[in-house]
Amino acid sequence: MIPELGQFSLILALCLSMILGTLPIIGAYRNNFLWMSMARPLSAGIFVFLGISIAILAHAFLVDDFSVKFVAQHSNSLLPDRYKFTAVWGGHEGSFLLWTFMLAAWMLAVAIFSKSMPLEFVARVLGVLGVLITAYILFMLATSNPFDRIVPLPPADGADLNSALQDFGFIIHPPTLYMGYVGFSVVFAFAMAALLSGKMDAAWARWCRPWANVAWAILTLGIALGSWWAYYELGWGGWWAWDPVENPPLITWLFGTALIHSLAATEKRGVFKSWTVLLSILAFAGSLLGTFITRSGLLTSVHAFASDPSRGLFILAILGIAIGGALLLFAFRAPLMKSEFGFDLVSREILLLLNNVILVVSAASVFLGTLFPMVYQAITDDLISIGPPYFNAIFIPLMALLSLLLAIGPLTRWKRTSVSYLVEQLAKVAIAALVLGVVIPFIVIFEFSLFATLAAMIASWIILAMLQDFANKTGNKSTRLKGLRSLSYSYYGMQVAHMGLAIMLIGVALTSTFSSERSVLLSSGQNVELGDYVFQFEGTTPINGPNYVGEQASFTVLKGGEEITVLHPERRVYLATNTPSTEMAIDAGFLRDLFITLGEQKEGGSWSMTVYVKPFVRWIWLGALFMTFGGILAAADKRYRRLRRRQVNVGEQQNKSKSLGGELQPSS
Amino acid sequence: MAKLKFYLPVFGFFVIAIVLWRGLSLDTKTLPSMLIDKPMPNFQLTTVDGNNVSNADLPKQVFLLNVWGSYCLPCLVEHPTLMRLSEEGEIPVVGVNYRDKQNLAVDWLLENGNPFTFSILDESGRFGIDLGVYGAPETYLVDANGVIRFRHVSVLDETVWQEQFLPAIAELRAEGG
Repeated sequence: MIPELGQFSLILALCLSMILGTLPIIGAYRNNFLWMSMARPLSAGIFVFLGISIAILAHAFLVDDFSVKFVAQHSNSLLPDRYKFTAVWGGHEGSFLLWTFMLAAWMLAVAIFSKSMPLEFVARVLGVLGVLITAYILFMLATSNPFDRIVPLPPADGADLNSALQDFGFIIHPPTLYMGYVGFSVVFAFAMAALLSGKMDAAWARWCRPWANVAWAILTLGIALGSWWAYYELGWGGWWAWDPVENPPLITWLFGTALIHSLAATEKRGVFKSWTVLLSILAFAGSLLGTFITRSGLLTSVHAFASDPSRGLFILAILGIAIGGALLLFAFRAPLMKSEFGFDLVSREILLLLNNVILVVSAASVFLGTLFPMVYQAITDDLISIGPPYFNAIFIPLMALLSLLLAIGPLTRWKRTSVSYLVEQLAKVAIAALVLGVVIPFIVIFEFSLFATLAAMIASWIILAMLQDFANKTGNKSTRLKGLRSLSYSYYGMQVAHMGLAIMLIGVALTSTFSSERSVLLSSGQNVELGDYVFQFEGTTPINGPNYVGEQASFTVLKGGEEITVLHPERRVYLATNTPSTEMAIDAGFLRDLFITLGEQKEGGSWSMTVYVKPFVRWIWLGALFMTFGGILAAADKRYRRLRRRQVNVGEQQNKSKSLGGELQPSS
Repeated sequence: MAKLKFYLPVFGFFVIAIVLWRGLSLDTKTLPSMLIDKPMPNFQLTTVDGNNVSNADLPKQVFLLNVWGSYCLPCLVEHPTLMRLSEEGEIPVVGVNYRDKQNLAVDWLLENGNPFTFSILDESGRFGIDLGVYGAPETYLVDANGVIRFRHVSVLDETVWQEQFLPAIAELRAEGG
């Protein structure tokens, strides 16, 4: 009975969505105040009913209701409660419900934090999102209902959650990624609302910017969490594999990054207007494409859900209507958008444009590489495969170029910057970066590699140029501290995020160049040396987990004869499915990770295992955290709040004058 | 004319959408290889262990040719099935280590166990192209005369084994007498 309530709640949400997708948009056209003002309460209602729906699904998992098909397929009575809860997004149906619920959460947020925008605009934004969420819920009810039952004979126990998903990373990675992904639908809705209204001034860019920054920050975090999880859970010590399903979030991220930069130019200078709108459509298309690829069975991958062609067709239809329609609307309206101001060849506008070109080219290359095998097959019936070499060959030089320009951007001025000013500002920075680039890898690693040296140069270049900019911006105040205080949150946000890129660059370069690993067979008491470290194998003990059995090994790690840590990698067999799984042990450090994976026990009692030393690998995710923080900092800038207060005041005055007018009306 | 350029995005999207739609109707999992019912391509390579190997070294009975790589996560999923098949002597399994590095491949086998009679080392992917490999994992069923008879793309688990390979093998063995 309870699961049926979940489904009923889903249907109620659908009904509200249909109203939201129509009335407020029509209301905005006819200037019908009542219809427009329905947008906010309807959004809240959808959030509540989808919330009830997902809570009921979680309840079905927690009470082991295996008559619900989705629960029977993705849970087991032995599964620990926290994984029962998260198994809600352990398969296609539930994860789509989570995705839809996240969209409802964003809609609620828009409904609450949109006091500074005109009601007409809010009605259009929420109306567009209403159309989207209607499509999502219809998709769920038609092809992938999480509340489907197994009747008349439900299984006694469930099939269990995939053992690779029984992990902390799985609790946090999908919700964060979805939250970021879905955030770009909100940005898309802003762009659509602007197109629908026909008012192509810079106002929509100003309203949209904080939302775009937050969505981008969360997506950054989501991707980084996925990378970190893959690193420690999947046991191959890698952090990015160019898997066809890893790529769409990256494509979305690249478009999103271009978008937040182009929004800045549109808001501040009124330039690149149609381009910004196009980017918000593309970023959203990236997120829909990700859904399509994972859920249609188009490409085979670890991430792919059990698939069904009718689902693929449905999502493709959503993709076609949403993106095709948006692009058509764009084509009608774009000629109306005129840039307000010109700019010179050396100016911040040009650097932002270059940033956009590089990011969009990168996104397009990743897109091409992801789909090319399929396209090739569709055309020629022949088969090829594309691997990491293609992506690395294209992506790394583009990112290096982007990083070089990134240091110059903040130092340039809007409209026009003289070349001699830039040379004066950057000459010392360039020389210092060259020197540091050669010196740093030597000091830290005692080895030489061209790749690492170049990366260290670029990273120093970014950070030194940033310090130069701080010096310029605080130089005219009486004390530096006062100067630093006077800078805005959005300025700090930008610099923090840029620094994140420098940090990530160092991490990527040093990990890729200086990581070492060794696979060995060891018996208890033997040891293996790798770099400065000695891994001493102390033997294994049996363990019994809640839903698995296994062996836990014990290693003492020594450096220079001194013990630095004890590590316990495990080899598990999950009982419900009889699948083996290896739990690596990691000693994480700021400058290096030590990493052991346990293989199998051989005849004679020795164990196969691989030990890794990975310098600076944490810096990759540290950099991403900086970017996330930067994005949120920028969105928290005072001027958005000040704006809201001002608008509220204006709004109140307008209301007063309106009500005054209302009183006067009868007499006229 | 100038306004027409704004229709370019929608046109580009239209093309991509058609490709995606066409992609949906392609079933990559049962797509027959061009080599079905043709002999294995000739090769003269080394194994992952460094021994020379050529067509003459292939088993003289029905066997599986499994394409794998240390980078390939789904290969870990099908690995227990391959281990069972080779341990229980149900059918010999020959590996093709596709676009991998030799040391990584050796480590992978050491760590996870080796179900293969031997693994052909195909670092350049040249042999894979001759075979028409889409990507790892992929499994071919080859008969006693070295002729490819069946192809399965993606994970070979117990269900696939029961439902697709066993009937195909029964047929082959019946033919061979």
